[in-house]
Amino acid sequence: MFASFDWDVIQRSLPYLFKEGMTFTLTLTALAMFFGIIFGTLLAMMRLSSFKVLSYVAGAYVNLMRSVPLVLVIFWFYFLVPYIGAWILQQNEPIKVGAFLSSVITFTMFEAAYYCEIMRAGIQSIPRGQVWAGYALGLNYWQTMGNVVLPQAFRNMMPVLLTQTIILFQDTSLVYVLSITDFLGAASKVAQRDGRLVEMYLFVAVVYFIICYLLSYLVKRLQVRIAVPGKI
Amino acid sequence: MAMIEMKGVSKWYGTFQVLTNCTTNVDKGEVVVVCGPSGSGKSTLIKCVNALEPFQKGNVVVDGISVDDPKTDLPKLRSRIGMVFQNFELFPHMSVSDNLALAQVKVLNRPRDEAAERGMRYLDRVGLREHAHKYPGQLSGGQQQRVAIARALSMDPIAMLFDEPTSALDPEMINEVLDVMVQLAQEGMTMMVVTHEMGFARKVAHRVIFMDKGEIVEDAKKDDFFGKPRSERAVQFLSKILHH
Repeated sequence: MFASFDWDVIQRSLPYLFKEGMTFTLTLTALAMFFGIIFGTLLAMMRLSSFKVLSYVAGAYVNLMRSVPLVLVIFWFYFLVPYIGAWILQQNEPIKVGAFLSSVITFTMFEAAYYCEIMRAGIQSIPRGQVWAGYALGLNYWQTMGNVVLPQAFRNMMPVLLTQTIILFQDTSLVYVLSITDFLGAASKVAQRDGRLVEMYLFVAVVYFIICYLLSYLVKRLQVRIAVPGKI
Repeated sequence: MAMIEMKGVSKWYGTFQVLTNCTTNVDKGEVVVVCGPSGSGKSTLIKCVNALEPFQKGNVVVDGISVDDPKTDLPKLRSRIGMVFQNFELFPHMSVSDNLALAQVKVLNRPRDEAAERGMRYLDRVGLREHAHKYPGQLSGGQQQRVAIARALSMDPIAMLFDEPTSALDPEMINEVLDVMVQLAQEGMTMMVVTHEMGFARKVAHRVIFMDKGEIVEDAKKDDFFGKPRSERAVQFLSKILHH
């Protein structure tokens, strides 16, 4: 039955798939992870703050983001960000954001909610005495967070943060709704142009599988390597 | 001259009162031991001195500076008061030398090499110079607590607070920590020590404070406290812990 398939289409489109598609996917993943973890950590600190207003605002944000489908958020931001930008910059015309920037912002905002919950658990896993010790030495809140609490929280949460990033890597494929050429988007363009849907989508699945499987394996290896000496 | 003055300090957790009208002071160079049954508020009281525990009534003045005044630069004041905790609270993700250097660099703005050198000096003092490169998890409890004392001393504190420094230690390690504390006391360091080690109290304390149910029941010279405790509760407490 495979006789009627044309596997050459994969080879022919490899440069396009990887140079354009995969580059976009990886760039988006890296940027959204970087900014998402920073924003998520700030959200986590807000949620744990003793200022009630801060913790309510952060809590509401996280719960909102976690209860809407990602596709919807992608649409929202794509259509809303130009208007919000215009409002912030006091311009009459909606600003031009472009699909790439819009998707970076979307994924950062969306993933931050998940990173926030991971970091919140990480921060809470650090015993209160560590904070006390920091304060007792004269460190202020930010110094105690930056030097004592967060480094330990990151280390404890590293495997979960990376696992969430693997999910983010897969989720980036949803940008196809903005007809952006990510890895899946590139493959699906070729598939439709050449009428080779089965071949291309199979190939995409295999590539996603290999990458995610490898990453998961690396996460496990990393866990052993970053363990603090003397700590089990 | 009083280094630490506490006046009418009261504290509540919700409706539960943990400290009731606690008044005492610690003079410069004085060693005061705080003892009492568990849950009597000793640890809470000592944490009020550097405002790790906020309190609702009364006031605490350290070296002339009010701890609960909103205008007080708390981090700066805390950096001048050394504190040693029951569970050591060394930073597990940093080497011993980094543990010693962190606050010196970040709070006192000492250059890194000066901080390292000073850290080494105090590490030497507690007999752990050769462990500088290790991580806290690689040391025994007694060694960790000695590092914690060295860490506090490297900030050149005007007073030291000890919150049950030996109660998380295996019995064979208690003395190595107490020895360091005795030496410190004999050098004239102002110390407030929450402990059950009555041997330590007898040896170096000037005064003993006995607490029960959040109140200071007795605040007496060492010899008076051990010789003729006035309150029934102190008599009972002493008979329980001194009989074996």
